[in-house]
This record gives sequence, structure tokens and C-alpha cells, in this order.
Amino acid sequence: MRGFSSVRMIAVMLKEFVQMRRDRLTFGMIIGIPVLQLLLFGFAINNDPKGLPTAVQVRDESVYVRSLLKAIENTGYFVFTAQVHSEREAALLLDQGRVSFVITVPEDFSRRLMRGERPQVLVEADASDPSASVNAIAALSRLEMTALSHDLKGALAPASPSGAPIELRIQRRYNPEGISAYNIVPDLLGVILTMTMILITGLSVTRETERGTMENLLAMPLTPAEVMLGKIVPYVLIGYIQVAFTLLGARFVFHVPMLGSMWLLALALALFIAANLSVGFTFSTLARNQLQAMQMTFFFFLPSILLSGFMFPFRGMPGWAQSIGEILPLTHFLRAVRGILLKGNGWVEVWPHLWPLLIFLTLVSTLALSRYRRTLD
Amino acid sequence: MTALAIDARGLCKSFAGRVAVSNAAIQMPRGEVWGFLGPNGSGKTTTVRMLCGLLKPDAGEGACLGHDILTQTDAIKRETGYMTQKFSFWEDLSIRENLDFVARLYDMDNRRARVGKAIENLGLGHRQHQLAGMLSGGCKQRMALAACILHDPKLLLLDEPTAGVDPQARREFWEEIHRLSEQGLTVLVATHYMDEAERCDRIVYIAHGKMIARGTVGEVIAASHLVTRIAEGEGARHLAAEIGGKPGVEHAAFFGAALHISGQDGGALDAALAPIAGNPACGGARRNRALRMYSSI
Ligand SMILES: Nc1ncnc2c1ncn2[C@@H]1O[C@H](COP(=O)(O)OP(=O)(O)OP(=O)(O)O)[C@@H](O)[C@H]1O
Ligand SMILES: [Mg+2]
Repeated sequence: MRGFSSVRMIAVMLKEFVQMRRDRLTFGMIIGIPVLQLLLFGFAINNDPKGLPTAVQVRDESVYVRSLLKAIENTGYFVFTAQVHSEREAALLLDQGRVSFVITVPEDFSRRLMRGERPQVLVEADASDPSASVNAIAALSRLEMTALSHDLKGALAPASPSGAPIELRIQRRYNPEGISAYNIVPDLLGVILTMTMILITGLSVTRETERGTMENLLAMPLTPAEVMLGKIVPYVLIGYIQVAFTLLGARFVFHVPMLGSMWLLALALALFIAANLSVGFTFSTLARNQLQAMQMTFFFFLPSILLSGFMFPFRGMPGWAQSIGEILPLTHFLRAVRGILLKGNGWVEVWPHLWPLLIFLTLVSTLALSRYRRTLD
Repeated sequence: MTALAIDARGLCKSFAGRVAVSNAAIQMPRGEVWGFLGPNGSGKTTTVRMLCGLLKPDAGEGACLGHDILTQTDAIKRETGYMTQKFSFWEDLSIRENLDFVARLYDMDNRRARVGKAIENLGLGHRQHQLAGMLSGGCKQRMALAACILHDPKLLLLDEPTAGVDPQARREFWEEIHRLSEQGLTVLVATHYMDEAERCDRIVYIAHGKMIARGTVGEVIAASHLVTRIAEGEGARHLAAEIGGKPGVEHAAFFGAALHISGQDGGALDAALAPIAGNPACGGARRNRALRMYSSI
């Protein structure tokens, strides 16, 4: 067995690039799918409803409370439509969907505020329609700092050591994981990449078999690793182009927040894309023609969609489904990328989701290389 | 360095239980041009593939250019040019891109210059940026040959290189083969054409996976004891059904428009064919002119 030659690998890469450029349909699919999906899902993200019906339960009628409520109403997201006097009453209104929020101010609010003890205001939100509640909740979070800044001047100011004089505790009802509409962007990245990356590599190798060019490829001095890398690397770049399209659209058309490090995102993407490409390559060593490669792709795509936490909350699935889900690269990628984009997670939080991808990649590439036929048998 | 370019014996290959090649042996000296003949499905392609490491023989052993065909296929691939029966270059790459790709795979120095020279030799300089898929059959074959010899192989395995190529282009193709042979290249050509076989130093004849004859064309004809009558003309295509199975007729098959009828015993064969001289299907008065018969292998 001869050693690996980067010259030969680059030869395969260049060939793939040229072929990709000539293959308008595939190229269109590569760019078209992310754009289309983003647009479709994007308009679901973009609604920013204001004036949501809100019930208040106030047990402390002080100037501070009035000032706080005023500030809340001034955000424009909340309209106070009901006064309630008990938990039961509040729960009923939320259940019936008559209000989207219930704001509860405790009776010792003013006293604790004066003492600098950061009194809590409870906000119960109907999060079942996340696209409706997410902006309102975001507006509330900003109020913690600013709502009472006019009232708390002079002697009272230093009484708030942590910075924010009050704490707004937000309880999401019906959707405790707080899966927001913004989730669709990182999720969309994962789904688009899973589908296109596996399909593209699957097709690119079986196409050689189908068109008879495989015989020529095998008759020349090429090692399996050279073929595999030469065919995978160009599509990693394509994957990044898809990601760039999706993220730019999400950022500038739909104003989705992106909190974490882009470098960390790039690393997670590299692992995830490579993992999917290795799956595609493995499929191509099993499939006899492009149709079979396509069928295998969808066979893999389906559990990825259903069991990764994309369609259903992962923790809500039965144990066996979770076990299958843990094997799929999309599951780990979704966790990593949601963390990075939406929560601003760093290396420490994301690593537990990256090493499973690394293991998956190693195992599947080994399988692909061992399956790759060096003869026509 | 061994004197034999190809030295293989006992090669066997079956596909799903069906024997494609059995006990094939070739001892081919360097620098010669050999023809590899046999009807469709007789195992020519399979044998050639085993020689260049594309198929693993079920049994047998051998060496190509001194490299073991079982264990040293990489070395064989580097020193051999194999032109596949079906055009197997990339139709969505241009002529230049195809040659460039091949040149890179063999890690050649002076890549640009060598590719440029190959294109010039092809006489396709003005069409080098045309996609290979758009070329005519003859051009495709010439491009494939150019790509196969780009890396200066010592052995050339050509699998029906002139199938679907017009007579003029075929002649030129063979002139090129002889030119290469004079430069020291060893060439094994699978073909169906008798005129091409006659341009070879020796031929190997394979049928049903078995090598049944080898030698110069004359020797093979003499040794075969097989007499073939060829019927061609307007009536010929009606004859096959009529003639098959008659005593003395062992084989009847079309090569082009001509029906080749063969058997070991010339007398019996002619006796079997005698009635058809009066066959009305052969076209009445013109029959005698149209229905020519002559001996061949
Ligand atoms: N990959 C394969 N799988 C199954 N059967 C095969 C395969 N390749 C060849 N065969 C069978 O082996 C036999 C020999 O085929 P081969 O292609 O070697 O014949 P050939 O002499 O090259 O014929 P032709 O003149 O048509 O090219 C045929 O019966 C063919 O159907
Ligand atoms: Mg053949």
C-alpha cells in the first residue's frame, strides 16, 4: 500500500469543483434549499406582535409598583386587561388563553426594595406560541435594570449591589424549555446540512459508478483515502456557503440574535459537515446507483428529523427513541449550535456535544474507507 | 526485468456462479502488438481487468511487467495504460481538464507542457475546452488513448478501442498503435475486427471463457480446423434460424451484416448450406451475386 498523496487528493478535489460548477441542478439545490427554507420559516419568526393581553396581580400598592407597571406597559408589548386576586384566577386566565401574561407583584415588594434585597416580580408567560412571547420577554428582561432607575436615586441607589434593583422571574408555561422561534435558525442549519451533505456525496460517488468512470478511477493509482478526502473537502466548503447564506439571512433579514463565538460555531460546523459527508460516502459504497443513494439518504434523514430533538423535545421522547437519537449527529449538533447561537455558550458548555460528533466521524469514515471497493468485484 | 510483459496462467473468474473466464493463460513478450479476439461475452474484458488489477481472479497467478497481479496492483496501475471498452472519461469535463486530471493523478512534472503536447498530437488544440461528452465517437476514443499514454506506460491494454469508429479514423488509430509499438510499448488490443487482428503480431482467441487458439493469424486459422462460411447480402438475415442446428453447423452468428457459419468439417458444412443456394428468401436472381461465401476462421 502506497502512502497518501496530497497531489492526487487535490486532483480529485479540483475535478469535483469543475463538475460541481457544470452541474447546474445540484448547484441550484445547494444554494436554493437554504434560501427557500429560511424564507419559509423566516416569516414565521418575523412576526413581532405587540399589545399582548396581560393580567396583573398586585399585592402592594406603592409608588414603585405603579412606576414599574407603567414601565412595563410602555414597552408596548403588554396591555393590562385584567386585575386578578388569586393564583387560581390567574391560572384560569392563562389556561383559557384570555391573557398571555400574568404579572404578580408580592406584598413585601416595596419594603424589600428599600432594603436593597432585590424583590422578585413573577411573570408567567404563555410560551406555547413562542414567536408571540419571545420579544415581549426580551423587552421585560431589559426592564430589570431600567424600570425603577428614576425612583431609586440618591440614598437608595447603592442599596442594589448586584446592579439590578429588582428581579423579574419569568416562568414559561406550556413550553418550559423555552424553545423559541429563533431555534428554527440553528435547527435549520442542522437539517439543511444533513440533507444536502449526505445526498451530495452519496450522489458524487455513485455517479462515477453509474457513468462507468469508476473503472477509470480505479485503473489509475488512487488510494481510497485520496478519493474520499478529495470528494469530501469541496463539499465542506459548499456546506459553509450554505451556512453563510442561512446565517446572513437570519441575521439581516429576520434579526435573529447570534450570541456565541463564530469560531466555535465554525468548529462545530466542520465536525458536523464532515460527519454527514462520511455518512454520504458510506452510502455511496453500498448503493449501486444514484437512486439507491438517494433512498438511503432519506432513510437516514427521517430519524434525524424525528429523533434529534428537531421535531419533538428530546427529553420528552421515550427511552428507546432517545437512545437512537444519541447516535445521530444532528442531535449533538442541534445542542451545540443552539447553545452557541442562542445562549452564547462557550467551549466548556459545547465540548460535551462535540466529542460525540468526533467519535461518529471517526467510526463512519473508517467504515467508509474499509467498504470502498478497490476493484470492480 | 523479465522478457514477458504479461505472464499469467490459470486465471479463473466467475460472477455469481457463472463462469466468465476459466483457466486463461497469456505469455506475451515485451514490445509486441497482440490482438485479443472472441465473440461477445467470451471474457475478453474480464481477462484484461484481471491483468490490470481491476478484478481479483478467483484462481490463478500472474505478473504484469514483473509485478504480481494479485499483490502489486498499484505498481501495475502506474506502469500500465488501460483504455476501457466503454468511454470512461468525464463527459462533463473538457478535453484539457480530463487530461489535466490524469496528469495530476500520476503526479507528473511538467504537467502543463505534457498535457499541451498531448492535445497538440491529438490535433484537438482548437477544441481543447470542449466538453468530452460533446465529442464524436472517434474523437472520444482518440482522447481516451491520449489520456492512457500520457504517463508513458510500458504496457497498453486497449479494450475494443475502435468500436463505433469510422474506417478512416480506425486506420489512423492503428497507425498510432504501431507508432507506439515502435517506441517500445507493448500493446494488447481486444477487438472484433478481423482486419485489425491481421495487423497484430499475434492473436489470442477466446470463446466461452476459454482460450482456444493463439499464434499468428495464419497459424490460428490453420490450427483451428474450423471452417467458416460467411453469408452476406439481402437474404443473409433470414438464414440464421434456418441453418442453426443442421448437421455440420456448429455456430452461426452475425458479424455486422454478415452471417458467419462455422463448423469443424468443411464438407458437412457445405452440404448443410447447399439447399439455401436455392432459397427464395435470398433474393431471386441477384442471389448468386449477393450470397458470397468464403473461408475464414
Ligand atoms: N461485473 C460483472 N458481473 C456479472 N457478470 C459479468 C460481469 N462482467 C462480466 N460478466 C459476464 O462475464 C461474461 C464475460 O464478459 P466480458 O465482458 O468479459 O466479455 P467480453 O468478451 O468483453 O464481451 P464483449 O465483446 O461484449 O465486450 C459475460 O457473460 C458477462 O455477462
Ligand atoms: Mg468486453
